[in-house]
Amino acid sequence: MLASSSLTALRKSISSGEITPRDIVLDVARAIESRNPDLGAYLSWDVETALAEADRVDTSKPLGGIPIAVKDNMNVIGQPCTCGSRILNENYVAPYDAGAIQRLRTAGGIPFGRLNMDEFAMGSSTENSALGTTRNPHDLARVPGGSSGGSAAAVAGDLAIAALGSDTGGSIRQPAALCGCVGIKPTYGRVSRFGLVAFASSLDQIGPVTKTVEDAALLLNHLCGYDSHDSTSLNVEVPDFTEAIGQDIKGLRIGLPKEYYIKGIHEGVAANVQAAIRQLESLGAVVEEISLPHTELGVATYYVLAPAEASANLARFDGVRYGHRSGSAGDLMEQYTRSRAEGFGPEVKRRILLGTYMLSSGYYDAYYIRAQKARTLIRNDFEKAFKKVDVIISPTSPTPAHKLGELKDNPLAAYLEDVFTIPVNLAGLPGISVPCGKVEVEGKALPVGLQIVGKALDEASVLRVAHAYEQSCKIGSLVVE
Amino acid sequence: MPEAHQIDIYHVAKLARLDLTEEEAGHYGAQLDGILSYIDTLTRYDLDGVEPTAHAMPVYDVLRADEPRTGLSQDAALGNAPKRIKDQFQIPKVIE
Repeated sequence: MLASSSLTALRKSISSGEITPRDIVLDVARAIESRNPDLGAYLSWDVETALAEADRVDTSKPLGGIPIAVKDNMNVIGQPCTCGSRILNENYVAPYDAGAIQRLRTAGGIPFGRLNMDEFAMGSSTENSALGTTRNPHDLARVPGGSSGGSAAAVAGDLAIAALGSDTGGSIRQPAALCGCVGIKPTYGRVSRFGLVAFASSLDQIGPVTKTVEDAALLLNHLCGYDSHDSTSLNVEVPDFTEAIGQDIKGLRIGLPKEYYIKGIHEGVAANVQAAIRQLESLGAVVEEISLPHTELGVATYYVLAPAEASANLARFDGVRYGHRSGSAGDLMEQYTRSRAEGFGPEVKRRILLGTYMLSSGYYDAYYIRAQKARTLIRNDFEKAFKKVDVIISPTSPTPAHKLGELKDNPLAAYLEDVFTIPVNLAGLPGISVPCGKVEVEGKALPVGLQIVGKALDEASVLRVAHAYEQSCKIGSLVVE
Repeated sequence: MPEAHQIDIYHVAKLARLDLTEEEAGHYGAQLDGILSYIDTLTRYDLDGVEPTAHAMPVYDVLRADEPRTGLSQDAALGNAPKRIKDQFQIPKVIE
């Protein structure tokens, strides 16, 4: 089963001539065909195109010949890009490659397969996809997390070597935690957002979902970099992140935010994270308590800014240039209102309404400006903390995966699940989720994730700590029963 | 920030260019009230004099050289049009 191998291991096998890119694509395709009916991680996959690319790819390149699965909100020329929505499901074909995809190709990677997601990345369970149910590989009755639930389920379930996700409030890290794989959200501006269908532009960031920390570092090397097509892209040097792998963490300072010990945190999750902290101490790290006093404001701030930005971004779906157009509209206004009513699902409508309300005349200062001010306080908290410590550690999610349907139509309860991941997006910082053992819930062993957050542009420290921890646990490769 | 959130859901839906059924209006209206009450957490903190943050990273006023560069071809740009006519997007008649 090549699909269960790490990216790094497969690159060695390709270089030594043991296997060819074609072998890998065919093996991944077989894995998808046999197990995707259960997992629902992929919405579509085009074997012919991937094989054609596998046959002509330059295998001397750093990702040469490795198929990478892509969340269905990034444009890959000639392929669908549904965003998990009916509004883009009828006939949209991407006319160009996203910036991150261009970089992936330059490094020899082959985009292969389109992964399910919460509609327009709005959600934390992938249950908001209009196009299918994705299940957790560790318990098919449970959600994979989200919004990049397809990415995490595919990688953890060995239906993909590695995948791309996008993270606006935890959408890479939380599903990685719930499915038991590695997911990193880079610093805001590290990876081009050009061709990523915009949800909340000041928060969205693309990143890798992988089986190992080493794979995350390698893939990240070839996603980061300046893109003139994205005005928020950072024109800064990209270090070789794989150099951080294998360095010890003696003397490294780790902060534990005291505000993160909230009510409602699952006992098993708390216990696993405590054990991880002791393990990091035994590796030589110095652990100290820190304070992020405005943590309580994170979720409220996010649920002003993200819906406000989304309501503006999703105005482009008007049935004129692409996407669903209502067949019953009389005039142009009806064409807008009906196309959108027929095309968007409940969570997207909820957030568009919320965002529109908060941006409307008379409410803008009370909500949007106030939230932007709260964002400053959250950012300042981190800045202050990072004067004392090198990284900050917490659970990725307060609970393991819940059952499908458990939080259905209770949006506020679902929003509160993102309490540890959201502040990281608001502050634009890099954060990783790395597997942190399992907890037994109703007879099933469910993965827990450890979140490691670093200073802006210091992905290297985040990866270094994650790798040291991963190696000390020997949980690099997760076996799914 | 208003005490009770009496959202005029139909007015908001109109601004958002979104048709709502009566059932949807009632349902979303109630849910938004709950979410907005939670968002009122923000009013518990004194935010006077705090500078707003729009973006976490300090990148401002990005301009590129004012030179033409190639973009999508007309055919590619029109490729996803629900309706096209004479190499243009077709919409319902606006002017009588």
